[in-house]
This record gives sequence, structure tokens and C-alpha cells, in this order.
Amino acid sequence: MKNPALSINRLLKSYGKLRALKEISLEVNRGELFGLIGPDGAGKTSLIRILATLLLPDGGSAEVLGHDVIREYKVIRNKMGYMPGRFSLYQDLTILENLELFASIYETTVEKNYHLIKDIYAQIEPFKDRKAGQLSGGMKQKLALSCAMIHEPEILFLDEPTTGVDPVSRNEFWEMLKKLREKGITIIVSTPYMDEANLCDRVALIQDGAIMSVDTPEAVVETFPTFLYAIKSSDKYLLLQDLRDYPNVNSVFAFGEYLHYTDKRKELPEDELRQYLEEHKHRELEIKRIEPGIEDCFMAFMEKEN
Amino acid sequence: MRTIYFLVRKEFLQIFRNKGMLPIIFIMPVIQLVILSNAANFEIENLKLYFVDKDQTSYSRLLRSKIEGSNYFVLSGYGFSTDEGEGALDRDLADLVIEVPRGFERTLVRDNSEKIQLTINAIDGTKGALGNFYALAVISDFNRQIREDFQAKGTVFAISKPLNHIKINYSNWFNPDLNYKTFMVPGILVLLVTMIAAFLSAMNIVREKEIGTIEQLNVTPIRKHQFIIGKLLPFWVLGLFELSIGLLIAKFVFDVPFVGSIILVYAFAALYLFLVLGMGLFISTFTETQQQAMFISWFFLVIFILMGGLFTAIENMPVWAQHITLFNPVRYFIEVVRMVMLKGSGLADIKWHFLIVLLYVIGINGLAMFRYRKTV
Repeated sequence: MKNPALSINRLLKSYGKLRALKEISLEVNRGELFGLIGPDGAGKTSLIRILATLLLPDGGSAEVLGHDVIREYKVIRNKMGYMPGRFSLYQDLTILENLELFASIYETTVEKNYHLIKDIYAQIEPFKDRKAGQLSGGMKQKLALSCAMIHEPEILFLDEPTTGVDPVSRNEFWEMLKKLREKGITIIVSTPYMDEANLCDRVALIQDGAIMSVDTPEAVVETFPTFLYAIKSSDKYLLLQDLRDYPNVNSVFAFGEYLHYTDKRKELPEDELRQYLEEHKHRELEIKRIEPGIEDCFMAFMEKEN
Repeated sequence: MRTIYFLVRKEFLQIFRNKGMLPIIFIMPVIQLVILSNAANFEIENLKLYFVDKDQTSYSRLLRSKIEGSNYFVLSGYGFSTDEGEGALDRDLADLVIEVPRGFERTLVRDNSEKIQLTINAIDGTKGALGNFYALAVISDFNRQIREDFQAKGTVFAISKPLNHIKINYSNWFNPDLNYKTFMVPGILVLLVTMIAAFLSAMNIVREKEIGTIEQLNVTPIRKHQFIIGKLLPFWVLGLFELSIGLLIAKFVFDVPFVGSIILVYAFAALYLFLVLGMGLFISTFTETQQQAMFISWFFLVIFILMGGLFTAIENMPVWAQHITLFNPVRYFIEVVRMVMLKGSGLADIKWHFLIVLLYVIGINGLAMFRYRKTV
């Protein structure tokens, strides 16, 4: 299996003046669970829609499983599964009716390919006569994934599958993706949640229509150029102001209850900072060095681009 | 085939599950047919007539009784001066006023001729013209009677030439009783079938665009013809079903005669529906929301309906408008239904209608499929 599952070369897409994709190039291997990580509006959906043959690029080329997305879209459609960001199955049909419909469109039957979707579908099968519109978010996802899997696709495109889904269902969903990967299916998944990057084999960090970095999550984290500190005090807002005014500050971002701070000097003389902050009347001060996460890397990349 | 079966099944499931849609499809047309057919009454009866009698002789009273005896008029008032008559017209108590001048009978006997005055409220042109026409008919009837009277009495005119006048007798073919419902019901039925089919098909596909379900279909290897047949077939069936309900109502509620072949009506409807559905499909290819589809469909339907020959006879339209109606599918269906049902026309009589509609079917569906390929 030398040929890659996905091969994108200088792909371009504009909406009027807005350049959604700026000459993106990317390669994804077969069997990979690949994450497209980036905030809303980064271009993830445009990229996935081009790959899923729903949108025509303005320039460059892209091949899915070795087939050109423009010329050979019909071949691709037979071999891929796609789950759009918005739930797009028929809400007024039941689970089983939706599944049967899509099976018949792919000229197969639910019985014949039951083994493909068994792990996922079994969980919602007890409710198979319930209308899709009445399902919970997590169940809708399982149904959508079942429908996308019913024809034994070689590659799956999932556009923000976990957006707006509760944490438990999100975990379940990623478990399902891992199982699918074990079956050898290539999975391309986009997400705005940085913490989900660690669950992928490799990730591409996307911002403003450009890819900032492509690597395994671990390697992305290792590229973090400096030490990272988490700082907390009684007044978070004031702390942010004071840290920004600190002469040696490199970057400071709010991260939950802590602020993530990097210093211009690689290693921070903690006592000096502590003294500076105490002079500014911060109490319950806490300063500790931490390992950077994907989100920190993302921020660092963004800083660098700017 | 299996795919198309599942697509058609899906549409029917969706239609029958849509609690808001069911009454629209099945009950509203029935109500409309019943109400419209009774309301769209073009017959003008019971015109209010005010009679001003300045003569008060047996002849003037004979004229009055003739008017009272006619089906067209009700005597709303009776007076003796011009002012009273005009007042009645002003206050809308009368649609027309007949004024018999003083010395009417005397002049008539002496000169064999006299004038009476007819004043008509012509705000509603049709009503005014018909009122005039009916009044003249009554007056000429009166005229004939007094002349026969003269002859019988052997008065002055006995020595003059015997009166030879032509009395025109007529019979109304294909609608002997001039029952307007016989004429209207088939036309209204055509409109209802057209509306249901055009709206449903246009809105349905746009709805899938709007809620995003079409995207999930588009990434599948579904073939274009499968998708289109899957969309059109259910509404084609519904359209014919609608027609059947309407025909039953026409037969059993309005007692509209069925002279010609019912199979011919269905055959034409089957073809015609593909034209209307194709139009809906075409509209759905360049609209993004149901609202847009609704307005565009409505724009065309209003023209089709008003220029279909139901409310204004096509022969009465200006020539340029008559040319436009050649592109109006509703016109052909109305003509066919009336010809076949009321007149008993056969296939040979309506072969041009078939041919023209067939051409339009091919044209509009070809266009829609071409557009569908480009956009979706």
C-alpha cells in the first residue's frame, strides 16, 4: 500500500475576496486516523467538502484513494463515507428507514453489511423504529456514522462530528473511530477541540486557510520552542494585565483557571516573577512549569505567523 | 430499480408523516373545488329593476308585468317620476331603470312607434351589458305581443301588411341548460391539480437543500435519473389521485356530465403532470429556500391561472395575450378536459394538445435535468 489515501497539492479555494484555502498541500497515509485541527473559519469544512466531491476547488489538485476529486468523483463517491457537520439524515424517517435508504442507494442491504456497522448500530438498534429527529445528539451521531459506513467505505470524512455533543458521547465517539481504524479504514476528522488532537495518529493544524504544522500530536508538542508556565492568582483579570506589562513577557493566554505564560528568556526565574506579582498585590499566587498541549502549540504557531 | 423503490417509499413516508401537509394535499383541494365552483358564478340573475311609469295605461302595465315575469329581473321599486328613478339608481337600489314616458300607449297606437328610456348602472361592465341585453329581450317580446294584439283586434294595423318577423329559436349544445357549473368545475379542477403538483415538487427538493439532507444524498453514487424519478413519481401519483377525487366530486356533487372517454382525460393528465412537475423541478434547481421557490411558483401560477381561459375566455383577450396563452399549459388542460368531458371529443380532436404538451414536457424536463447537473 504505497499510494497515499489522500494527496493534496497546492489546493486553492476562494469565496469572493475571502481566501478559504491558501494553496494547501497535504498527504495522508492509508489507515491513518488523521485530524484537521483549527478554530471555526479556518477552512476545515471547505477542505473536507472538496475532498468529499461536494465543492470544486479553484486551483491545485487533490486525490482521494488515488482518484482525482474533479474528474473521478463518481469513483470516490462509491468508496467514501461522509458525515457533514450538520445532521443531514431524514429527521422524519426512523433509524431503520434511514439506514435502509442509504443501503439501497449504494445498492446493498442492511443485512448484507450488518457486520460493518454492528458495533455502532447495535447501540441504537433497540430504538430502530424511532424517528431520527427524536434522537439525542449522541444517537444521531451513531446513526449518521452507521449510514456513512453501510457501503464499506475505504475512507471516512467526518466534519466536526463532536461539535455540540456532550463529553460522554464525545468519548464514545472517539472510541468508535479507533475501532474503525483498526479495521483499516482511513479516517479524516476535523475538530475545533484541541484536546481531541491527542486521539489522532497525526494532525494538521489549520489557521486562516493555511496548514501551520503536520505531525503526530506528540511531535507537534515537542516543537514547542520554550518552557511553559501555568500561573494563577486571586484576581485572574488583573493578573493577565500585570503579566502583559511584565518586561520579559513573551506570551500570555487565559486557559481555564490558569494563565499560560512564556518568557523571553527560555527559563523563567520564578522568584523574580513572584516578587513582581506580589508587588502588584496578587495573593494566593501559584506558578508552576507545565508540559505544553496542542492548544499551546497552536497559539505559539499563530504568534509566529503573525 | 430497488433504489428507486426505496426513494419513492421514502417520499411517501415523509408525506404521510407530515401532519401539516396531509390536510393541504387531501382536504384543501376538496374544499376549494366545492367553494370555488359555487362561488365563481358568472350567471347574472335577479338584476334590480326600478320601473318609472309616467303613463299608467294597460300597455305600460303589460310591460311591467312582462319584466316581473322574467327570471332576470326583480322589481325593486315602482315610481312615477324621473327623479325617483334616478334616486333609486344613486342609492344603489336599482341596477337599471326603465322609464315609460307620458302618452306612451297613445303615441304607440297612433304612430306605431314610441321610445322608452333605459338607464343602466354600468360600473360593472359585464353586468351592465347583460342587463341591457336582457331588458331589450323583454322589451322586444313586449313589442311582438302588442303587435299581435293589434292584429287580433283588427285596429289600424289590420289593413297594413301582416307582420312578418323572425323569431329566433336556439338551443345550447354541450351544455343545454347553460349550467355554469358544468363549465367551471372541470376548469377549477385543472387549476387545483396544477397547483398541488407545481408547489409540492418545487418545494420538496428545495426543502432538502434547506435542511441539508440533499448533501448526504449528493455524496452517494446515486444516479441523476434515480433521484429525479424518485422525486417526481410520488407527486405524479398524488396529482392523479387528486384528479380522481375532483372528478368524483364533479360527478356526484355537481352532476357534471361525462360525455367523452375518461381514459382520455387520465391519459392527458398523466402527460400534463410531467410538465407541471418538471416545472417545479426546474424552479427548484435555481432556488435555495422554500420561500423563493414558493414565490417563483406563485408568480407563474397566477399568470397561468388568470390566462388559462377559465376566468376570461381566451377569445376575448387581446391578440398579443392570446399568443402568450399558447405557452400556458393550463390552457391546454382546461380545453382538453372541457372538450372531452362536455363535448365528447376523441383523441383525434385533441391530438394537437397532446403533441404540444408533449413538446413542453420534453423541453422543461430537459432543461431541469441540465440545470440539475450543473448546480447540484
